[in-house]
Amino acid sequence: MANVPDNLHYSKDHEWVRVEGDTAVIGITDHAQEQLGDVVYVELPKAGEEFGAHDSFGSVESVKAVSEIFTPISGKVAEVNQSLADEPEKVNKDPYGEGWMIKMKMSKSGEVDSLLTAAEYEDFTKAESE
Amino acid sequence: MTAPALELRKTALNDVHRAMGGRMVEFGGWDMPVQYPAGTMTEHLRTRTHAGLFDVSHMGEIDVRGADAISFVNRLTSNDTTKLIDGQAQYSALTTPEGTVIDDLLVYRMASDHLLLIVNAGTTEKDWDWIKSHHQNENVELQNVSADYCQIALQGPDAISILQKLTDVPLAEIKYYHFREGDVDGVPSIVSRTGYTGEDGFEVYAAPEKAEQLWKKILDAGNFGGDDGVLPCGLAARNTLRLEAGMCLYGHEIDETTTLLEANLGWIAKLSKTDFIGRDALAKQKEAGIKRKLVGFEVTDRGIARDGQNVFVNGQCNGNVTSGSPAPFLKKNIGMAYVPVEFAAVGQRIEIDVRGKLVGAEIVPLPFYKRAK
Repeated sequence: MANVPDNLHYSKDHEWVRVEGDTAVIGITDHAQEQLGDVVYVELPKAGEEFGAHDSFGSVESVKAVSEIFTPISGKVAEVNQSLADEPEKVNKDPYGEGWMIKMKMSKSGEVDSLLTAAEYEDFTKAESE
Repeated sequence: MTAPALELRKTALNDVHRAMGGRMVEFGGWDMPVQYPAGTMTEHLRTRTHAGLFDVSHMGEIDVRGADAISFVNRLTSNDTTKLIDGQAQYSALTTPEGTVIDDLLVYRMASDHLLLIVNAGTTEKDWDWIKSHHQNENVELQNVSADYCQIALQGPDAISILQKLTDVPLAEIKYYHFREGDVDGVPSIVSRTGYTGEDGFEVYAAPEKAEQLWKKILDAGNFGGDDGVLPCGLAARNTLRLEAGMCLYGHEIDETTTLLEANLGWIAKLSKTDFIGRDALAKQKEAGIKRKLVGFEVTDRGIARDGQNVFVNGQCNGNVTSGSPAPFLKKNIGMAYVPVEFAAVGQRIEIDVRGKLVGAEIVPLPFYKRAK
């Protein structure tokens, strides 16, 4: 079973959000990386770019497929995980740690509360695979 | 993830794939494993360095028997069926009157009055209808025997030693594109030295009720307890392996809009043999010269080209990617594409529209990968 840490927020597009003050750290879930398979390429935005909630901010590619990645919340990109350019496999090995993708300065602080809890996300992925 | 549609067809190994953790997808109307838990990358590399096992039972089989079997197939296919000897297989194509491709196939000569045609899964019904409708007064009996066979492909440098543990058929004596009939683990089989990976290997045809036995016995025979054993592989690895080897995939490089000559398959278009469907069109095209050509390319910028993306030369859209993917063994991003002949030379710079961004690439020789003999 895919790992779903309790302390994170989740989107139905299979991204996770970790809140650190007014910053949101964003990546894709363990379930998402399992579904994708070996990640070979990650395309991310530049620091300073602004996104609304549910905007596509990049893509992650496996041997077989391309998946767009979406911002669960709105804000401005503060930092991008540059190391994924050379080591995209981090997304598979450590999706909630070294495989993080971007840090965003949140523009609407209440937005994270509309995301799924760990338990809700687990139910959501179960329902999706049935 | 949506549940597969109910009408998807299943090979005899469907339950085994699911039990072994295969991720199932729809392919050509079949419910097939796209990858196993090891993942496409590992499956691909293991096949290049040791061995990979593939369920290709979805492929179709059409039996042609009778005194005119050879002349009938020779009229419908582009390669020269009369050159085959018993126990030999041949890559060929069913062609339209325009010289385009109904399907690519293998023709097995079982006997002078018996050929077995191995066709693609998604085109089996179309091929069957085409072949039947082109039957004139030849003395042949046609049968769609797809349901009578499972097909298991064991590919890679260790394929021969693994399979030899299960059979008395002297595998080393079978030349490339030849086959023998014999028992594998006591199961009557056709053992063919063919494949779709660019590696040495075998394709085993047997009764579907024996598929599970053969699959499991081959995995056991090739399990060396470490990282050097045979791995079950899904369709994604099969696709990247054939792409590295520069082989065409029906519906991608070839279809009813592409001619054999455009697809670099002139070598299976035997224009000097007796007449076959499409011969005149191909002879005419050869005379006039082709206008576009299938080429291999390597992406030189960051980015991965994918099937269907547009190809630009000198800022003008001039063609499209037929297959594009990361190449796990070559560790490059590669693909094949149709481009106008004047831009088809090795070294030509092209650009590929990867979701709105132009990514640089260069035309390189095909195949991308060739195994050391």
